[in-house]
Amino acid sequence: MHYTICDLLADLTQNAVEADASKVTVEFLETDTELKVYIRDNGKGMDAETLKRVSDPFFTDGIKHPNRKVGLGIPFLIQTTTETGGEWNIDSVPNKGTTVFARFDLINIDTPPIGDVVGFFRQILLFNSTIPEYDLEIIRKKQGKLNCSYKIMRTELIEALGSINDVQALSLMRTYLESLESAE
Amino acid sequence: MAKMSLDDLRKLRASTKSEIERRETDGKTMQIVVGMGTCGIAAGAKETLDAFIKAAESKNIASNVIIRQTGCMGFCANEPTVEVLAPDMPAVIYGNVNTAVASEIVEKHLIGKALLDKQILDRPSIDILKK
Repeated sequence: MHYTICDLLADLTQNAVEADASKVTVEFLETDTELKVYIRDNGKGMDAETLKRVSDPFFTDGIKHPNRKVGLGIPFLIQTTTETGGEWNIDSVPNKGTTVFARFDLINIDTPPIGDVVGFFRQILLFNSTIPEYDLEIIRKKQGKLNCSYKIMRTELIEALGSINDVQALSLMRTYLESLESAE
Repeated sequence: MAKMSLDDLRKLRASTKSEIERRETDGKTMQIVVGMGTCGIAAGAKETLDAFIKAAESKNIASNVIIRQTGCMGFCANEPTVEVLAPDMPAVIYGNVNTAVASEIVEKHLIGKALLDKQILDRPSIDILKK
């Protein structure tokens, strides 16, 4: 298992970006007892045959690691959710896209900690794509002891900051994201 | 903390940028590429990335340092791995870069222009390179 849920989600988000998607949406919906995440992409998708195989830890697409035969992202998702009272689902249509759904039971003693949410958002905002129109949308909702609700678009952030690769931009990004997390 | 708007962010960026430009810098960019494949993520590469950002900021070289993420470089057993590209220095891949080593890299490699010999790996693993 990954150390935190956010680590696991970063891994899965990378799959979405690498599927040649022009739009990836990550919905991060948190309450005090449960975390639901949707990672949607409009990339190349998988046929039924491939969809069956992705739960195999020794299956990978042959592109990411040309000579290696390990693909652990989805097996980790399956292991983490099924062993902690959560659930998972993957829907995919070739050339239309894929949606990965995960629900985590935050009360279960074995569920990994959520992790650094702001750091995770920044990490996935930094994923690059070869698709010129690529955009990443993050929809964040938190209800319970603390509340917040906001949306981020990667293209808007790049427009506001000019670039997102220099350290100063990355630092400002964190400041901005942390301000959005603050209670309403 | 009050919620910032995109406009607030834009203004903050513009004001901090001009401040940096007024200071004397040689304007040469240094690049840090952090391996962020499954192995990297599992080994804590995100914390390493955060540490590079903090260290570069504290040494006041923030606007000269570019940080990118890449996938697996093939050294899964030595993650987190980081490629460092700095003017006047050879391109180097460091392994086992935890948060402490990240700060050291900023201090000794980027600023001090000295290699951290014990942490050097090599180029990306041959079997990972795309043919």
